[in-house]
Amino acid sequence: MNPSAAKEIPDTAPEKAILSVNNIEVIYNHVILVLKGVSLEVPKGGIVALLGANGAGKTTTLKAVSNLLHSERGEVTKGSIEFEGDEVNDMTPNDLVRRGCIQVMEGRHCFEHLTVEENLLTGAYTRNDGYGAIRADLDLVYTYFPRLKERRKSLAGYTSGGEQQMTAIGRALMSKPKMILLDEPSMGLAPQLVEEIFEIIRALNENEGVSLLLAEQNTNIALKYADFGYILESGRVVLDGEAAILRENEDVKEFYLGVAGENRKSFRDFKHYKRRKRWLA
Amino acid sequence: MMFFLEVTISGLMAGVMYSLVALGFVLIFKASGVFNFAQGVMALFAGLTLVGLMEKFGLPPWAGIMATIAVMILLAWLIEFLILRRLVNQEHIILFMATIGLAYVLEGLGDVMWGSDVKLLDIGLPQGAVDWLLDDYNLYVEKLEVAAAVTAVIMVIVLAIFFQKTRIGRALRAVADDHQAALSVGISLRTIWVIVWSVSGIVALVAGIMWGSKSGVQFSLSLIALKALPVLMLGGFTSIPGAIIGGLIIGMGEKWAEIYMGPIIGGAIENWFAYMLALVFLLFRPQGLFGEKIIERI
Repeated sequence: MNPSAAKEIPDTAPEKAILSVNNIEVIYNHVILVLKGVSLEVPKGGIVALLGANGAGKTTTLKAVSNLLHSERGEVTKGSIEFEGDEVNDMTPNDLVRRGCIQVMEGRHCFEHLTVEENLLTGAYTRNDGYGAIRADLDLVYTYFPRLKERRKSLAGYTSGGEQQMTAIGRALMSKPKMILLDEPSMGLAPQLVEEIFEIIRALNENEGVSLLLAEQNTNIALKYADFGYILESGRVVLDGEAAILRENEDVKEFYLGVAGENRKSFRDFKHYKRRKRWLA
Repeated sequence: MMFFLEVTISGLMAGVMYSLVALGFVLIFKASGVFNFAQGVMALFAGLTLVGLMEKFGLPPWAGIMATIAVMILLAWLIEFLILRRLVNQEHIILFMATIGLAYVLEGLGDVMWGSDVKLLDIGLPQGAVDWLLDDYNLYVEKLEVAAAVTAVIMVIVLAIFFQKTRIGRALRAVADDHQAALSVGISLRTIWVIVWSVSGIVALVAGIMWGSKSGVQFSLSLIALKALPVLMLGGFTSIPGAIIGGLIIGMGEKWAEIYMGPIIGGAIENWFAYMLALVFLLFRPQGLFGEKIIERI
């Protein structure tokens, strides 16, 4: 989007965020504290990466936004989440999808016994703008993912992991989203395929204006495609910044990109605990 | 030869009756993964309600059926509101237990509302034998059973179209596959559950009408649900055609076994034959004849 155009609209602040998460705390089963105060913002039309190791709270953050937490006995106990300025807390996932915020879950979660095309059509469940419009969007999805067109009659359960990931993203696209919460798109896929999927994600962002919040363990590729990144550790944001800056950050390099600094040649010098302390302070 | 044919046909017709009950099970199992133990009682309840409404208010059959459909939809809504909503994401076994409870509640409710004596249900379905078959071929085929067969066929076609071609039907299948993913694309589970329980309530009503017209609306109606179990094991819990064909095979097999094997081992085979057959199927083809393949990617 053209930034100068945004400034001309009087009652919207510049850099208005489509999603803002303010200091949320999430508890599962009334006892397990998973998020301990996470704040982040996704600007309209931006790609934001949420990074961190297993169990850092990436998925929980996404589910808190899409309100899928309730069905897993999780609860946002503190803080607030706003999508386009409206408090998300009392909305059902159905409301959110209608408003244009949809999640693509970790591990694809295709409907195995439905064909690829039927999978895509379920994405349009909440729409009521008629068969023609849905059909047109189906073609749009097929132009982004030509492979799905070839496999449209196969049961999704029999397609490859990459095709399932494409189906899952395409399915989300069918809901005409303003924002997609994408959880681990790279999981279990060959590096080449990961690259291909991220290229498509970038194209979607540029051509369709979809904002993206991307949870990834693959820090390398996520920072390559995102504009901004947040790093989560044990339910807290420990570092955030422009993707380009994060890529150059010594700590990120060491912990997540697997690149040691100049003067750190041996694992004996890898003072993990110290660094941890500094981050969590 | 004529005798064999007569046995076969009466077996098939009995099978259709089993299928009608099995169909209700399949619908709910498909859409929510819940095995609804109360399906048989729902058929009883629907039958009782229909008779009761027609007797108490002197409604004509079509109005009685409409009113009963409304009651079944209301019931579906209540079940969702009072039971399913509270048990979201619990283990399947817990939901199953809840349906056992539901079976007792409905049974009691039916008794309290409409009394417990055997009632005659007459909505004007044809009775007696099909004349021309009896005259020309000396075959005895009940008109009522033919009506049941025709109804079953129509119902299966309607349901198949509903499941395969409509937006709601697709959503139902999606929910059956993956609750979480269905939620994530904005499918409201509550709506889906109300719909699917309503549909299976209507199917139960049809089963109730057929069985009620045949042998009166009485408590034993809820026990035919037990016969639906082997039908499901044979046909597969997730397949609508499976429920029909499973029913036909069980019905036919039962009659054959009774007539041709019964004398050899002393009779009463009809009572347990279905369960034996189901057991064999469980050993060799646990998903049933038409059950959804258990997809495993290697």
